[in-house]
Amino acid sequence: MDILQRIKQHQFLFEELVKRDFTKKYKRTILGVFWSILSPLLMLLVQALVFTQFFGRTTPHYIIYLFCGNLIYSYFKESTGAGMGALMENASIFSKINVPKYLFLLSKNVASFINFVIILGIFFIFVLFDRLPIGFHLLMLIYPIGCLVIFNLGMGLILSAWFMMFKDIKYLYDIFTMALMYFSAIFYTLDVYPPAVQQLFYLNPMYVYIYYFRSIVIYGKIPGLAIHFIAILYAVLAVLLGALIYKKKNYTFLYYI
Amino acid sequence: MAVPVIEAKDVTVRYKVGDFKEIGIKEYFIRSVQKNFETKDFFAVQDVSFTINEGDMLGIIGNNGAGKSTLLKVVTQIMVPSKGYVKVNGKIAALLELGSGFDGDLTVKENAYLRGALLGYTREFMNKQYADILEFSELQEFEHRPFKQLSSGMKSRLAFAIACMVKPEILILDEVLSVGDGEFKAKSEAKMFEIIENGKATILVSHSLGQIRRMCNKVLWLDKGRQLAFGDSEPICDDYEAFMKRIK
Repeated sequence: MDILQRIKQHQFLFEELVKRDFTKKYKRTILGVFWSILSPLLMLLVQALVFTQFFGRTTPHYIIYLFCGNLIYSYFKESTGAGMGALMENASIFSKINVPKYLFLLSKNVASFINFVIILGIFFIFVLFDRLPIGFHLLMLIYPIGCLVIFNLGMGLILSAWFMMFKDIKYLYDIFTMALMYFSAIFYTLDVYPPAVQQLFYLNPMYVYIYYFRSIVIYGKIPGLAIHFIAILYAVLAVLLGALIYKKKNYTFLYYI
Repeated sequence: MAVPVIEAKDVTVRYKVGDFKEIGIKEYFIRSVQKNFETKDFFAVQDVSFTINEGDMLGIIGNNGAGKSTLLKVVTQIMVPSKGYVKVNGKIAALLELGSGFDGDLTVKENAYLRGALLGYTREFMNKQYADILEFSELQEFEHRPFKQLSSGMKSRLAFAIACMVKPEILILDEVLSVGDGEFKAKSEAKMFEIIENGKATILVSHSLGQIRRMCNKVLWLDKGRQLAFGDSEPICDDYEAFMKRIK
């Protein structure tokens, strides 16, 4: 009974937080939602214009190849970037009221996820126009998406906690994500590298998720078991580490305000 | 013997102060390598013990920085003590810095629901109480206005109305006994006394010794985080008065 009551309270709080984050994000403007769709598409256009000359000649369905990379990477960047501020922005609340702090991050992640789903819809329209097969094999995408959601959640937990302690994390993280983008093979292909070097790319979680996507959408092939394993490993590791930091620091966040 | 409403034993809150807060991670690494990264322990509250029984009203006195607000945060479970414990029997409502924590971009209604959710109410409860909250805070005309357009008096009126809707058993007041101005001041004061009457216990932090003498039957005197006295109100208030005179 007591637990049921608590879940009900937390559910109410969670819904209200999601509502708030959404309203704030789009500021009740039409362009707000529109812009969040338009900006990744513009990015895609620019990359397509520039790189088709280099990689597009040899890579089949190059636009979709690019789109896969951008889709995954920009969701990751958006979700973790917004998640980083989740604690800091709500400091005035949790320094006065005792609330479960991870809900602040969860609600931010919901907003980014909905954004991702909208762009995913556009992605499928592109897939259709590129005459790639649409079928039940696309359901397999649920696996990497699930892993990515968990991974982003974990990274958000870690980053929001760090950000409370070190304010300059933000700038370092910008540099880090930039570097990560270049290591994610978003616009280039790996075949110029020797096989040993190609293996190193699996150390990058972004690449693993992008690889899975491309494999299903473009080649209609389910990746091997090993890929499944590392995809979920990264997700679980990130979320475990994040949860651990929150558990340990839960009450000391207050001291850093 | 009856179970005490609030029991605090050896409550200690230790902060770390020093280099770590402002320097950022780059500097942190460099200083860690050079081994000149320094932190000091700071005791905001040290070994404080008290019990409040049903019907008590506790006044907390002490100078600025005595640890009063920190102690309240421990009682409301926003902080956990580094040592000791606080046991609370009953529903707490804390009126700490009323106007803050709202979101300027949201409307009055959205803010009211968000605050209700933060305080641990359920949606059904809010749906039922919302009209009353609005009426009590006299903000009916402002229901759909963005919060940043409200005056600070209006903000604390809303905060007060929401916090008082639960019929709390334990009321915690940090320097606030009434909210707003004129008519509302009288109304909020009446409401506050109604809660105090019907509730189990109240904690009041105040710099006004007259107020404490008038209202509280027990007093806790803190100085630089340490407990100088706890007990019946009159003798401690006399001591405190004498102490303050000596300092001057």
